[in-house]
Order: sequence, then C-alpha cells, then structure tokens
Amino acid sequence: MKLRTGVLIALTILCNSVGNVLLGIGMKRVGDVRAWAVESVAALAWRMLTTSTIWIGAGTLLLFLIFYMLLLSWADYSYVQPATAAGYAIVPLLGHAIAEEPLSPVRWGGILLICFGVALVGQTPMRTTAVG
Amino acid sequence: MQTALFLAILVLTGTAGDLCITRAMKWIGSPADLRPVTIANVLARALTQQWMWAGILLHALAFFAFLALLSWTNVSVVVPASALSYVVGAVGAKLFLREHVSAPRWAGVFLIGFGVALVLAG
Repeated sequence: MKLRTGVLIALTILCNSVGNVLLGIGMKRVGDVRAWAVESVAALAWRMLTTSTIWIGAGTLLLFLIFYMLLLSWADYSYVQPATAAGYAIVPLLGHAIAEEPLSPVRWGGILLICFGVALVGQTPMRTTAVG
Repeated sequence: MQTALFLAILVLTGTAGDLCITRAMKWIGSPADLRPVTIANVLARALTQQWMWAGILLHALAFFAFLALLSWTNVSVVVPASALSYVVGAVGAKLFLREHVSAPRWAGVFLIGFGVALVLAG
C-alpha cells in the first residue's frame, strides 16, 4: 500500500506540474482575458479550443485528477493534498526553464518552506478514517 | 483586485470540489489493484455518486478561474498562491470529512501558509 501510494503521489505531482506549465504557456499564446463582452469571450474560447498546448495541458491535468481520485479512495484528504505539494518546487522550475518566467530568492525561500511543511505532514498516518 | 477575487474563487471552489470528490471516493473504496480495467470500473462507479458530480462542477469553476488568472499572471505566481487551499482544505477535512488533523499536520499546514505569504511577497 505504501509503495502504491508513493508511486501514485509521484505521478500526481508530475501530471499536475506539467499540466499547469502547459496551460500557462497556452494561455499566454491565447492572450489577456480583460474584456468580458460576449464577442470577446467567444473569440477567446475559439482561440483556446484551437490551441494544442491547452488541449495537451488539460489532458495531463485530467490524468492528474484520476490519480488524485484513486489516492483519495484509501488515504486522508488532509494527507494527500499536502503530500502532492512537491509540485511547488517543480512548477516554478519548469516555468523558469520552459517559459523563462523570473524567480526571486524570496519566492524560492517560500517554496522551500512550503515543501518543509509538506514533509512534516507526510510524517503523519496516511489514513485516520474508515473507508466505505 | 481582480486577481485577488479570482484567487479566492480558485481556492474555495477547488477545495470544496476536492472535499466532495473525497467523500465520493471514500464511499466507493480503494481498488483491489491498479490495472486499467479495475481503475475504469472504480471511476465508473464513482460517476454514479452525487458528491462526485458536485465535485466535478466545482472543479470546472476552479479550472476556468485558473485559466483566466493564467492569462494575466505567471504560472509560478498563480500555482503557489493557490496553496492557500492547504489551510482551507485542512479545516474542511476536519469538519466535513471528520478526519483527525493532528498537531504535526496543523504545523505543516501553517508552515505552508507562511511559505505562501513569502511566495506572494517575492
């Protein structure tokens, strides 16, 4: 059970991180959402539907959701949710490497602190409620 | 102001969606193995749960808020900022799912919250 949980958490983090970065790249290509007129939203929706990066990102996030649901079938939500936060180290790294987004030292410090908190949560029992 | 509003929508709907999905998956129970057929059966059974559909609807709202945010803010800001859902999620898990959130879990959650504040300040 522990190995299965570890593997699924790793897959969850990977799919969530990659999916978020791909969506970020895709939405930058689509353009800024500032106007809420029907024509503007329709044009925006069309640009989103014809941007392949958004489709791949959404598909990757769908995989993330499936893995996440499976984890939640046997582990606590308050365990799974923090355990998947290693993505906070991966997302900025991917955003920096692929989309060339800037990262300050303070932001890196915050991300490390988040990961430390997540590690602390990870020391607690995987499940505290009965299943079914 | 618009960014703060959309971040609040993202955190609240995303976390509420997670809590609904967790309740549905706890009713279904864990799969015996991770073969694709078994996973497909579990997912099909999950889709018969009302809590699952409530969770999917809330996640759809969170997804559109996320897309809107990404169009004017960097992904490395939006994603760490959405970690505020750790605090909301721990409270929801305790009250809605009756999970035992121990002292180390709370400590971890507050460390994450502080980390999020640093990320936003950076």
